[in-house]
Amino acid sequence: MGYKADSYDVIVVGAGHAGVEAGLASARMGAKTLMLTLNLDSVAFMPCNPSVGGPAKGIVVREIDALGGEMGRNIDKTHIQMRMLNTGKGPAVRALRAQADKVLYQSEMKRTIEEQDNLTLLQGMVEKLIVEDGVCKGVITKTGAEYEAKSVVLTTGTFMRGRVIIGDLSYESGPNNMQPSVNLSHHLEELGFEMVRFKTGTPPRVNNKSIDYSKTEIQPGDEKPRAFSYETTEFITDQLPCWLTYTGEETHKLINDNLHRSPMYSGMIEGTGPRYCPSIEDKIVRFNDKPRHQIFLEPEGRNTKEVYVQGLSTSLPEDLQQKILKTVPGLENVEMMRAGYAIEYDVMVPTQLWPSLETKTVKNLFTAGQLNGTSGYEEAAGQGIMSGINAARNAQGREAVILDRSQGYIGVMIDDLVTKGTNEPYRLLTSRAEYRLLLRHDNADLRLTELGYEIGMIPKERYDRFVAKKEMIEKEMKRLEKVVIKPSEQVNAVLPEKSTELKEAMHAANLLKRPEVTYQEIHQLAPADFDIPEDVAEQVEIQVKYSGYINKSLQQVERMKKMDEKKIPDGIDYYAIGGLATEAKQKLDEVRPLSIGQASRVSGVNPADVSILLVYIEQGKIAKIAK
Amino acid sequence: MEYETIAAISTPMGEGAIAIVRLSGEEAIKIADRLYKGKQPLESVDTHTIHYGHLIDPDTEQTAEEVMVSVMRGPRTFTREDIVEINCHGGLVSVNRVLELVLRGGARLAEPGEFTKRAFLNGRIDLSQAEAVIDLIRAKTDRAMNVALNQMEGRLSTLIASLRQQLLETVAHVEVNIDYPEYDAEEMSKDLLTTQLKEVEKEIEGILVTARQGKILREGLSTVIVGRPNVGKSSLLNSLVHENKAIVTDVPGTTRDVIEEYVNVRGVPLRLVDTAGIRETEDLVERIGVERSRERLKQADLILLVLNYNDELTHEDEKLFEAVKGMDVIVIINKTDLDEKLDLDRVKELAEEHPMITTSLKNEQGVDELEQSISELFFAGEVESQDLTYVSNSRHIALLEQSRRTLEDALEAVESGMPVDMVQIDITRTWEILGEIIGDSVSDSLIDQLFSQFCLGK
Ligand SMILES: Cc1cc2nc3c(=O)[nH]c(=O)nc-3n(C[C@H](O)[C@H](O)[C@H](O)COP(=O)(O)OP(=O)(O)OC[C@H]3O[C@@H](n4cnc5c(N)ncnc54)[C@H](O)[C@@H]3O)c2cc1C
Ligand SMILES: Nc1nc2c(ncn2[C@@H]2O[C@H](COP(=O)(O)OP(=O)(O)OP(=O)(O)O)[C@@H](O)[C@H]2O)c(=O)[nH]1
Ligand SMILES: [Mg+2]
Repeated sequence: MGYKADSYDVIVVGAGHAGVEAGLASARMGAKTLMLTLNLDSVAFMPCNPSVGGPAKGIVVREIDALGGEMGRNIDKTHIQMRMLNTGKGPAVRALRAQADKVLYQSEMKRTIEEQDNLTLLQGMVEKLIVEDGVCKGVITKTGAEYEAKSVVLTTGTFMRGRVIIGDLSYESGPNNMQPSVNLSHHLEELGFEMVRFKTGTPPRVNNKSIDYSKTEIQPGDEKPRAFSYETTEFITDQLPCWLTYTGEETHKLINDNLHRSPMYSGMIEGTGPRYCPSIEDKIVRFNDKPRHQIFLEPEGRNTKEVYVQGLSTSLPEDLQQKILKTVPGLENVEMMRAGYAIEYDVMVPTQLWPSLETKTVKNLFTAGQLNGTSGYEEAAGQGIMSGINAARNAQGREAVILDRSQGYIGVMIDDLVTKGTNEPYRLLTSRAEYRLLLRHDNADLRLTELGYEIGMIPKERYDRFVAKKEMIEKEMKRLEKVVIKPSEQVNAVLPEKSTELKEAMHAANLLKRPEVTYQEIHQLAPADFDIPEDVAEQVEIQVKYSGYINKSLQQVERMKKMDEKKIPDGIDYYAIGGLATEAKQKLDEVRPLSIGQASRVSGVNPADVSILLVYIEQGKIAKIAK
Repeated sequence: MEYETIAAISTPMGEGAIAIVRLSGEEAIKIADRLYKGKQPLESVDTHTIHYGHLIDPDTEQTAEEVMVSVMRGPRTFTREDIVEINCHGGLVSVNRVLELVLRGGARLAEPGEFTKRAFLNGRIDLSQAEAVIDLIRAKTDRAMNVALNQMEGRLSTLIASLRQQLLETVAHVEVNIDYPEYDAEEMSKDLLTTQLKEVEKEIEGILVTARQGKILREGLSTVIVGRPNVGKSSLLNSLVHENKAIVTDVPGTTRDVIEEYVNVRGVPLRLVDTAGIRETEDLVERIGVERSRERLKQADLILLVLNYNDELTHEDEKLFEAVKGMDVIVIINKTDLDEKLDLDRVKELAEEHPMITTSLKNEQGVDELEQSISELFFAGEVESQDLTYVSNSRHIALLEQSRRTLEDALEAVESGMPVDMVQIDITRTWEILGEIIGDSVSDSLIDQLFSQFCLGK
């Protein structure tokens, strides 16, 4: 029944947000790549919120862009609204967020994939991997086709043994009633992988024409044109607004009275849900003193009347969902188009992965996205691009590329996953990054373009533009350090009112360090004799103004790097190291960190254990006790 | 291999009149030199030499300590790195101040066993000794943990834990504004932030003030037992400690070294000093007159002045009363089992307001009364012992100092109008440092806090 089909360098299973980045990256790096997915009409499908970006996540999109990925470019072409968030706070936490035209996002991404050289997009369900002696050699589909490959990437998301739950109704299904991926999940277990069950949910969708917007507040996009990609030059100007309304007493009473009908509280759901995306019934139980909760009404696109009801994620029965919706101001007469639901699915315990995203037990097999325990399109895409890069490099016999925690949120996320694991769907938050100040939205290109170019993801002309920008930033910073501003009436007139008067001559850079002084003013007082584009000015301002904090962070990074440079040889028998605490032995044995730095981040390993490990390694005894 | 410069107190606490703060690392000499004032800068002295001078607090520009500093350049040192040893007075307060100065100057507090670890990593200790190094790290850490736990039971740990919780809630609030900008949580304003941080700062300051007074340190109230030879000073120490720590004989001048013992008398922590440090010779008073000894006495929080009921009052006794004038004194008349030879009226006169206790240490009589008297003296006085928070060792004090400094940085940043996410860096750092004191630094707490404090979702 089976048949031998083509062979490839890399096969990517799945065309969700992780899969598309993996496939595109692999192909762009010159690897002959096959992308297999259940249904070609759901490439880059957004099963939940039609939105890309936000704090931390938006920075990931920029990092993907700087590495030559697609998400940023794609959303720039297909959004209905874009906003810069946190503009009132520091530069480290500013972030872009866009509302996507859901369908357009998909079709645009699909077109890019279809046009990409080296990349074949194919509909098919993978049910088995070809694994010989712990090495993955290809995949087998439901129709019996056997594809060979040097590397295989699994990005099968929430489809793995998916089970949808609405009230007391529950059935096997992928998201949005797509077919689930059952056999592949069982197969992974057979291969010896530890799988756990996670859960997530989505709110109902309603028809735009049935909403009374007069009872809501408008939430427009920014007037200033914005873009995720450093390459975008054309901006969408006609934006659609979102709308804000609230739940009320009536909503809460209705839910409280019907809690017994919730699968969450009847014990039907076994999977671990994310704390940061609780369902409305969860919110009302856990925060019962909060009189109201925000509800954002977000259009799902330009060519549809469907509206996403953010804030009402629920797995209550369908009839109850309809009633709940109607308690919300503006939704009194609403027509529900799709009911909200919860979905449970299988997840690979991510500590089974190396930081390259290759699995520890099966060589040449990589996994990325929601399958690894994360949640969110950007988180999926960020892992996707890294898995694609590393799968291609693996096929080409090259060393893996690993981003560290100071290089990007992507590095933070992958390090967290493979070092600490996660016991709930993992979402990126800016507070997960210890070097948040370095991982800014504005400098993702400065952090990663070089690397993108080196590994062949960024074309030469783009790289040249980048280098020119970088040089101009340096030149301008040097200039500001030299040029002196002398006190005068004119000067003090230019300085903002809050600023104390300039009394002594001062280097421009030092004046810029005053929190209230902007680059604009400095430039007025000491103009450069060359044109300074806005993005360069922004960099100069941030880098000069916050240099104190930035340098502190850089020192910490130095320390971390020193620890990360101390490699731990593979195959250590941690149980043979006498001084280690028992918990440390177990954890280290499970994670098998690649460096002392990584070891120090394993939970349950304390500084004394790290010291002992260090001593042991230096001692060279390792060789003797290697397994 | 180059490492950060580390520092630690390298003499056991409370043992000995001299304490050493040791620095090791590339910057050791530089850091010490910035504080040191002596005949010549330490950067220019020969290796393996020792120098007399003073440490100057760079913030106040005042002399902080009188010190002897040894400079040893690597690789001919224990760690193979540059090492500086600062010898200072043995009291906990002095040595803490020195440690604090070098930490502020850029050194990092050494982890338990870290000097040895470096010696090993830098090839100073040979491979066969690695096991021993590992044991040492383990043992030191465990001991530090034990000490920490023992000391930390009760008020201080509760206090620090609650300060951390306060900080965590503040940070979570800042974070929710950052990570969920559209969520309807109140914006963390400058004023709110300042108020919250100031509260914590005040608490930390409070702990430090008490800590600095030296009265609530593990070493306790410095209590000096004085008296002529053979009156029963060592016997008294033994009675209070409930153990035979000091040698007791009928030969006058038995005690030759200073004996210090820690004892908790009805809730009052005492560091008992049996004064042979004030060496007894034929002319006891003359010895006490020696400036240093007098100082030692002056530094004491409490004097236990022992007289012999079976002996006449001497000129030396009278001088002794004079020497302790104006201090907290308890007069103990010992050996009441023997015949009365002491002029009690005269003693009463000399004792003025000070409590007088009669004891027969031989028969274990009067010790209860003495203990009662000690505790009354302190519980009634300004020092409220039951409210005292025990800051056990210099490590904790150093960490408290650090945490106060980072908190000050945070407050300064708020004041100067820095964005809240910059301020957060210093607040989080403060939270981490306080965590080191109570051995708790679970990094996921913030995220836990975020989701329990705020109702977030889609
Ligand atoms: C109901 C629901 C609610 C969600 N809520 C949130 C939320 O609140 N917040 C949030 O951040 N994220 C949420 N998400 C998560 C977000 O949708 C995902 O994180 C993201 O889409 C994951 O991307 P992925 O590429 O890993 O997987 P997916 O987007 O799920 O893509 C998986 C791909 O694999 C393909 N596939 C699966 N099995 C096979 C197979 N055997 N053979 C071939 N192809 C296969 C599928 O066709 C699909 O293309 C939710 C998802 C769902 C379904
Ligand atoms: N009869 C009697 N003898 C006592 C009493 N207290 C102590 N002695 C004895 O007095 C002698 C001296 O006691 P120590 O405690 O050594 O006195 P000290 O003051 O420490 O003496 P030096 O260290 O020599 O200065 C010992 O023989 C004790 O046993 C007491 O209450 N009654
Ligand atoms: Mg004695």
